[in-house]
Amino acid sequence: MKLTKLAIAAATALAVATPAAADLVFPLLSYRTGAYAPNGIPYADGFTDYLTLLNERDGGIGGVPIKMIECETAYNTDKGVECYEATKGDGSLVYQPLSTGVTYQLIPKATADGIPIHSMGYGRTSAANGKVFPWIFNFPATYWDGASIIVKHILDQEGGDISGKKIALVYHNSAYGKEPIRTLEVLSKKHGFELMLLPVDHPGQEQKATWLQVRKEKPDYVLMWGWGVMNQVAITEAASIRFPMDHFIGIWWSGSEADVGPAGEAAHGYKSAALHHPGTDFPLFADISRYVVDAGKAAGDGSHVGEVLYNRGVYTAMIATEAARNAQAIHGVKDITPSMMRDGFDTLKIDGARLAELGLPGFAPEINVSCADHGGPGIAAIAQWDAKAKTWALITDFVASDREVVDALIAEDSSAYAEENNITPRDCN
Amino acid sequence: MLYREAGEFKTSYQADLATFPIRIELWGFWSVMAVAVLVVPFFVNDYWEQAIFLPFFVYGLAALGLNILTGYCGQLSLGTGGFMAVGAYATYKLMTSFPGLDMISITLLSGLITAGVGVFFGLPSLRIKGFYLAVATLAAQFFLIWMFNKWGWFYNYSASGQISAPERTMFGLAITGPYTHPAVTYLFCFGFLFVFAWVARNLVRGRVGRSWMAIRDMDIAAEIIGVNPLMSKLSAFAVSSFYIGMSGALYFAVWKGAAEGTEAFSITVSFNVLFMIIIGGLGSIFGSLIGAAFIVLLPVVFKNVFVGALGWPTDIATHAQIILLGGLIIGFLIAEPHGIAALWRTAKEKLRLWPFPH
Repeated sequence: MKLTKLAIAAATALAVATPAAADLVFPLLSYRTGAYAPNGIPYADGFTDYLTLLNERDGGIGGVPIKMIECETAYNTDKGVECYEATKGDGSLVYQPLSTGVTYQLIPKATADGIPIHSMGYGRTSAANGKVFPWIFNFPATYWDGASIIVKHILDQEGGDISGKKIALVYHNSAYGKEPIRTLEVLSKKHGFELMLLPVDHPGQEQKATWLQVRKEKPDYVLMWGWGVMNQVAITEAASIRFPMDHFIGIWWSGSEADVGPAGEAAHGYKSAALHHPGTDFPLFADISRYVVDAGKAAGDGSHVGEVLYNRGVYTAMIATEAARNAQAIHGVKDITPSMMRDGFDTLKIDGARLAELGLPGFAPEINVSCADHGGPGIAAIAQWDAKAKTWALITDFVASDREVVDALIAEDSSAYAEENNITPRDCN
Repeated sequence: MLYREAGEFKTSYQADLATFPIRIELWGFWSVMAVAVLVVPFFVNDYWEQAIFLPFFVYGLAALGLNILTGYCGQLSLGTGGFMAVGAYATYKLMTSFPGLDMISITLLSGLITAGVGVFFGLPSLRIKGFYLAVATLAAQFFLIWMFNKWGWFYNYSASGQISAPERTMFGLAITGPYTHPAVTYLFCFGFLFVFAWVARNLVRGRVGRSWMAIRDMDIAAEIIGVNPLMSKLSAFAVSSFYIGMSGALYFAVWKGAAEGTEAFSITVSFNVLFMIIIGGLGSIFGSLIGAAFIVLLPVVFKNVFVGALGWPTDIATHAQIILLGGLIIGFLIAEPHGIAALWRTAKEKLRLWPFPH
C-alpha cells in the first residue's frame, strides 16, 4: 500500500543520510509555521545567519566547519521531541528548543543521552542550580530574575513604594506563562502589592474577555508573559481599552517588532524586559551584511536583521559557538563531543573585552557560568518601543534581580525536583 | 488466485465464527504479530520508538476506545482529550502516592478511574443524542482540563503545573523515566494494545457489543425489544473511557514522560481521535488502528520524505505536509465515506475472487 512504500522510502532515506565527516553540528529547533511563527522566524534567521557568518568569514570554529540542521517544531511539544530524537544521532552538540514546553520534555531525555540544553532566558528556571541539573543551562537570566527586575523597575517608577498597588499578570496558559507566578506571589507579599492572574489559552487570539477584566479591575500595572500571536493581540487589545502603555511591561519574549506592529501608533511607550540591545549599531552587523546578507546567503529575506528577536538568535548562536570554542580549548581537541560541549558551557566566560572582539561591544552583560550556577548573572534591562521612530531602545541599565528571593526559590524548586526524580546533586569543587 | 481458499471447510460453529476464518489471513495476522514481538524489538531505536511506534500504539488504543463509543454505540463524544488527561493525572497521582505499585496495575487502575469519570459524563446521553451529546462531552473536555489546572493537588503543587513520571521498573527493566530502553517501552505498549484490541474485538462480537449496535442503529426499537438503554449506553461510556484512560496513562508515563495538561490534552486531541475513527472506519477494530496510523504516522513520513530525502526548507515542508494530509483525507472520504476499513474490506472481497470479477 502507499503507506508502506512511503515508509520504506523514508526509512532508506534516513538510513542512507550519513553526516559529513568532522563537522560541528548545531541543531536549530525552529518554528516558521503556526501561531508562533511571527516570533520564531526572526530568531531562526538570526541564529542561522550568525552560523553562516562564522563559516564564511572564519571557516567555522577553530577551523572546523559548522553544520546546522533545522527542524520545524511549530512550537508543538510532540514535534519538538521528534526533532530531538531525529537529530541527536547526527552529533548534535547542544539543543536550544526556544520553547519552555519542549525544554521540560527534553530535560530528562537530554540528561540521559548526555547532550547539553541551553534554554536562554526561558524554562526550566530552577535549572539554574547546576548541581541538580548538570546538563541544563539557562543563563544569562531566568524568568524569576525577569519578574523581579520588572518589579524593581515598577518600584523605581513609583518612588520605592508599591504597597496597595494592583499588578496584573497576563500569561500564556502553559508551563512558560506559569513560571513567574511563584516569584510574583513572593514579591507581592514582600512589597505589599496585589497580584491578579489572567491566563490566556493557546494560541491567544481570544483576549477580549481578559482585557475587559483589566478595564474593570483597573490594575496599576500589567505584566505580560506571552509569545507569538498572543503578544500582538494583547497589545492591540490593551490599546483599544486605552491602557497606559508605559504601565504595560512584557518579559523579554514579549517585546519585539512583530508584537507592536499591528497596534501601530497606539503601542507607543510599551515596555519590555531585554536581555541585550536591539538594533544594528554594532560592528558585527557590518560583517553580517558583508558576508551573509549581501552575499545572498541570508536565512530569510534579510528584512529582520537588527530586530529584537533576530539579535536574540545571534546572541544564542554566539553563546553556543563560544562554548564550543571554550570546549575546544579545554580539551585541546577540534572535533568536540556533546560531553565536551557541556564542559565548555560549564566554564563559559564572556567578558566585555571578548564581546568587543566579537563585534558586539556593550551588547549584553558579561557572562560567567560556573558548575553550581547555570543561571548566569541574572541581569536584564527594560526597553521601550517608540512607535514614531519604530524602534526599540533600552531605557535603563542592566540591573540585577532580587537575588535573596530568587535564589531561595531556585533552591526550593530544584531540591523538590531532585527528590522527586532521585537525583543526587553533583559535587561542585 | 491470491487467496487459496480451496478446501477450507468449517466443521464447527466455533470455527465458522472465528475472527479470521480464512487460513491465509490467520497466518498473515500471526506472522505480523511474530515480527512485531520477535524481530522489531531488536532493531527499534529511540527515534522509531518515540516518533512512530509509541504514538501509533497510544493513539490506537484511544481510537479503539472512541470507536467503541461512537462507532459501535453511536454516542458522539468530543471529550477524548479530557479523558486521556484523567488517565494521565490518575497515573501521576498513583505513581507518586504508591511508589511500590507496578506499571501494569497503575495503568489498569487509571483506566478504571477514567471509566468512572466517563460514566458520570455519559449520564446526559440518556436524555440527549447526536450533536447535543457532543456538546455535553465537549463540556467534559473543557471542564476536566480546567479542573486539572485549577487544583494544585493534581500536579502536586509544582510551580510549572507540569506532571512528570518518576522512574518505575518491571522485572528489573525501566518502563518509565528517561533511562528506558526503546525495546522495553515498545513491548509494553504493544502488549497493552494487543491484549485490549483482542478484548475489544470479542466485546463487540458478543452480547454487549450487539446491544451497543442495536442502540446505535435504532435506539427506540432496541428498547422495545428489551435492550436496556441505560446499561448499554453507560457500559459503552465505561468501556470507552477505560480504553481512553489507559491510553492517556501510557501517553504520559511511558511515551512522553511528562505532560502539561492544557497543551497535551487539548480539544485538538479530541478532534484528532475523532478524525482517526472517521477516516479509519466507524464500527471497526481494524479501522481504529489504520485511522490512528493515518493521522499520527503520515505527517512523520511526509516530513522525513520532504525534509530528509528531498531536502526542502522546513517551513515549506510543513505547509506541504498539512496540505497533502488534508487532501488525502478529502480524497479517502470521497472514495469511501465509510472509511479505510471499508475500502480494505472491499479490496479483500475482490481479492478473494481475483482474477474473476464475481
